[in-house]
Amino acid sequence: MKKTDEAKPDTATGGTTAGATSGTDGAGKATGGATAGGKRFSRDRMLLAAAGPVLALVVAVVLTSVVLLASGKSPFEPYTLMFEYAANADVQVLIINQASSYYLAALAVAVGFRMNLFNIGVDGQYRLAAMAAALVGANAGLPGPLNIALIVIVAMLVGAFWAGIAGILKTTRGVSEVVSTIMLNAIATSLIAYLILPEQFGVQPKGSNNLTTGDLPSSSWFPGIHVSDVAGDVYGFVFVAIGCGVAYWLVLNRTRFGFDLRATGASESAAAASGVDAKRMVLTSMLISGAVAGLAGMPVLLGDSHTYSLNFQTGIGFTGITIALLGRNNAVGIAFGALLIAFLDKTASTLDYNGYEKEIATIMQGLIVISVVVSYETVRRYGLRRQQRKVGEELAAAARATTTREEVPA
Amino acid sequence: MRRVSSIAVAGIGIAALAFTTTACGGSSSDSKKDKGAAIAYDVGGRGDQSFNDAAYAGLAKAEKELGVKVDDQEPSEGESDADKVQRLTELAREGHNPVIAVGFVYAPAVKEVAKKYPKVTFGLVDDDTVHAKNVVNMVFNEEQASYLAGVAAALTSKSKTVGFVGGVENPLIKKFEAGYVQGVHDTDKSVKVKVQYLTQPPDYSGFKKPDLGKSTANGQLDAGADVIYQSAGKAGTGVIEAAAARGKWAIGVDMDQYKQAGLVKVKDKILASATKGVSDAVFNLIKSVKDGKPQSGTVRYGLKTGGVGLADSNPAYQKMTKVVEAVETAKKKIISGEIKVKTTP
Repeated sequence: MKKTDEAKPDTATGGTTAGATSGTDGAGKATGGATAGGKRFSRDRMLLAAAGPVLALVVAVVLTSVVLLASGKSPFEPYTLMFEYAANADVQVLIINQASSYYLAALAVAVGFRMNLFNIGVDGQYRLAAMAAALVGANAGLPGPLNIALIVIVAMLVGAFWAGIAGILKTTRGVSEVVSTIMLNAIATSLIAYLILPEQFGVQPKGSNNLTTGDLPSSSWFPGIHVSDVAGDVYGFVFVAIGCGVAYWLVLNRTRFGFDLRATGASESAAAASGVDAKRMVLTSMLISGAVAGLAGMPVLLGDSHTYSLNFQTGIGFTGITIALLGRNNAVGIAFGALLIAFLDKTASTLDYNGYEKEIATIMQGLIVISVVVSYETVRRYGLRRQQRKVGEELAAAARATTTREEVPA
Repeated sequence: MRRVSSIAVAGIGIAALAFTTTACGGSSSDSKKDKGAAIAYDVGGRGDQSFNDAAYAGLAKAEKELGVKVDDQEPSEGESDADKVQRLTELAREGHNPVIAVGFVYAPAVKEVAKKYPKVTFGLVDDDTVHAKNVVNMVFNEEQASYLAGVAAALTSKSKTVGFVGGVENPLIKKFEAGYVQGVHDTDKSVKVKVQYLTQPPDYSGFKKPDLGKSTANGQLDAGADVIYQSAGKAGTGVIEAAAARGKWAIGVDMDQYKQAGLVKVKDKILASATKGVSDAVFNLIKSVKDGKPQSGTVRYGLKTGGVGLADSNPAYQKMTKVVEAVETAKKKIISGEIKVKTTP
């Protein structure tokens, strides 16, 4: 690692810093990297990046314990209970399956975040997409894998379309995507409620009080990994989700488009000056965000429910926002975030059986969100101050060096 | 290089998780000893003064009269079928028998879990799609009770305008609407019925938010309605409060809401309640399991068997002899089959 560091000449920073940097090794390098706007890793930066989430988690756990203490309960037992419960294979399957939906939703949010867009509409996008995809899948009648491909493509297109509305509103009329996507969530709910009526496309199975879009043929079920009869299957779509994570990382960090996207997110005017069409970027990233959001309902649709009904899971999009924040829009970070939130969600039910309220987990999730925001900002400021001090010291050292040199001849 | 390693870390992390999953042989579903009866609630949970509380009343009665141990579990917001499966599995695993799922949303979950625990009897309220030897489908003729509520409303209304507030616009609640509207119009064609739903599925908050019920009811009261029938779970309490605050009538649902402790302040304005014998259904099922002769198949509760009805605990209602008579006549006609009540509006 050291080798690569030394091999990279610091082109962007001035001669003074560059000179000092080689002396102070890694720490100074971070300064150079940061000012250059590039993404150069060093131990320092990695530590700072990890400090945020860790600090947030610790604070959340401590605060939850305080809440537990205040309500006269044991401040530690719930965690033990949850971990013990998570040791069961069926619960692990549940966590992983749920995490796959969360992960896709969070990626969708993260694409927007990277571009400085806040797509709150992931929830509506994935629900509408899942509904449309389920409908098409139940009626298209294509052979197995083709039908699955069709379902997934329809889901992505519908998700992209729904997010695209907000994108067009933003680029043409300057409507804030925060407002439009929230409203589109509500419209999606009504639209689905209308479309799923038996008078339109819905099916009400005999003797049931539920409405569905009809069952997918069993050849269109996405094969999963069978763990055991009791634990059930890990959705095959989990691996698609992982693939999406890899693609997300590749596109953002290894392509021209990804660079443009991040640049526009960091500073629209600077990006425009370097020849990026900001409006087009807004629309494109909204479309991508929506397409990924469309995938969020797929693990459940293709792996478990095989139909979109009135009790299709809701709220994944909002959880996705939490997770994207927690994972700092980083493909790996989001994966951990998704697993953490899924863990809290799924193991909370054991609390009810042991005399605790399962809402403790909800409280904890809320506290994590708050502490994440606070701790990231704290760590960022700390990093900034540290960096400033370091640069200041280096400049002072350089100045001292110059003055002494100047003094000698005098 | 670092970047590569971060991907590697992710890969290892995920692989590790996958391994723990497969390697860990145990599961949370290894059976334990008898723990008595258990119910899993529908959206809204305990304290809705109607549907879920009715189920709880049956459970509590079984605890008191049969001496069985009981447990109950609430759902989470926006959960998936997998969560419901987990909840029922957990209850069966803990050794509960019977396990009663309150609400049609549990149908797919019951279907799956009943297979895993063939010795446990599963009850499913409001759904008739899961047919297995150890599953009891408990269904109700809500439209018949609602018809009677419609008759009472039509005859009590002075403004010739009555209201219906449904919690969530799904087929189940539409059964209430259908019976009610038919009851009103069969009694008096000139009476107008204002029909409103609080939310559309999958937004189930219409069963949970009393404030939504209150504002919708106020809208109907403003429009001249003087009797409002609600079928909105916990949100229905808001409807009753709004009507009572203006001195107008409300009609209760699911349980005899006149007798509900949570509604004691407004009970004088609860004209009657269209009851749905969830409580009895739950009790009967638990009793059958206790007696060693568990129910099976579909158990239908209608007017004929007293499974649904119109509760008349309010003395003010009992004094309206004309209304009481008309309701009794309608009841007889429904039982005899002379009146056929629609299940869809």
